[in-house]
Amino acid sequence: MASGTEQTATDAAHGAADMAHEAGGAGMPQLDFGTFPNQIFWLVVALVVIFFVLSRVALPRIASVLAERQGTITNDIAAAEELKQKAVEAEDAYNQALAEARAEAQKIAAEAKAEIQAELDKATAVAEAEISAKAAESEKAIADIRAGAVESVKAVAKDATKDILGAFGTKADAKSITAAVTARMKG
Amino acid sequence: MATEAHGEETGGLVFHPLDQFIVKPLFGGEGPIHWYTITNVTLWLALAVLAIIALFIFGTRGRAVVPSRSQSVAEVLYGFTYKMVEDVAGKDAVKFFPYIFTLFMFILVSNYLGLLPMSFATTSHIAVTAVLALAVFLTVTIVGFVKNGVGFLSLFWVSSAPLVLRPILAIIELISYFVRPVSHSIRLGGNIMAGHAVMKVFAGFAAIAAVSPIAVLSITAIYGLEMLVAGVQAYVFTILTVVYLKDALHPAH
Repeated sequence: MASGTEQTATDAAHGAADMAHEAGGAGMPQLDFGTFPNQIFWLVVALVVIFFVLSRVALPRIASVLAERQGTITNDIAAAEELKQKAVEAEDAYNQALAEARAEAQKIAAEAKAEIQAELDKATAVAEAEISAKAAESEKAIADIRAGAVESVKAVAKDATKDILGAFGTKADAKSITAAVTARMKG
Repeated sequence: MATEAHGEETGGLVFHPLDQFIVKPLFGGEGPIHWYTITNVTLWLALAVLAIIALFIFGTRGRAVVPSRSQSVAEVLYGFTYKMVEDVAGKDAVKFFPYIFTLFMFILVSNYLGLLPMSFATTSHIAVTAVLALAVFLTVTIVGFVKNGVGFLSLFWVSSAPLVLRPILAIIELISYFVRPVSHSIRLGGNIMAGHAVMKVFAGFAAIAAVSPIAVLSITAIYGLEMLVAGVQAYVFTILTVVYLKDALHPAH
């Protein structure tokens, strides 16, 4: 297509060349048709060179670089996703281990508590038994003392009664005094 | 030379805003310009080719997953153009991507090379832009007919319009279709030429001491604008090519 244009331009230019060169100074150089074949020829050469350089070498190269970069980015994102997954798994494992450790600790604490409770109960029972034994002993001692005290009071009361009756000049026999004191003390 | 002669007429002020566009042989003085003559056009087209090779072959030689600076630039241009083709013209237009990328890179690099001081702006010449636009026009028309057969003509038959309006719209659509290569080429060539000529005019004014600071500041400002225009015009040419290609692949309105 370009060569066709060039051909027509060449034909037109041959006729116009001389005329245009004469008028070239006064008019626009753009309308100097004598230079058209030259410009068009070199333009077509330049465009063909650029087209082949770009379409054969440069554009495939850039396309492959862009594709490679896209591939690298996709791979990196996939790797990052995988690492993130691993991190989540590690966190889960950590949390699980933590929960297990906590449960273990609670179990140990409960066991220790139960053991201490058992020991405490045993010690309490022993102490209570001891206390009750001591209390029984003390009660017996108190009962003895009380019995002793009653006897003493009886004797003192008999003596005192006999002395009082003696002072009043009445001679009372021991038997009736004892009976009277015993009767009084019961009341 | 004639241009120098008529420059003398203005006295102290010498304006040759269009001299920068003159095509002349690199070797052998003022000889005739044949189609094979090595001219300043040849030189600056060759520099554009070398710049593209430097960026896209030398710059990407590392093939690095983490790119170097030049490889990043090449990749950004690749990705930008690829996305544009895919978004505008669809998946089936991707096989035309090397062709579109060639056009875009050639225009972009040539526009910026043309902004170098003392350089020659190849894309300011209608001969160059017309070849580019006609190549696009022919490609699009041929692709349209090869892909869709006679169905490509439905591009001119606006089926959503009322029936009476359709023939009129068809004529308008047909005219606009054939005007495409004209506007496509003159838009690029005209923009680049006008920018360079304006800078040269201001450069002429810089010879007068009183206005030279303003002239130099103006050149700076216009140069900044032209940096923008160079990129925008390359982009506009390319996206219009892609839009035309979309019409060829999917002619239905």
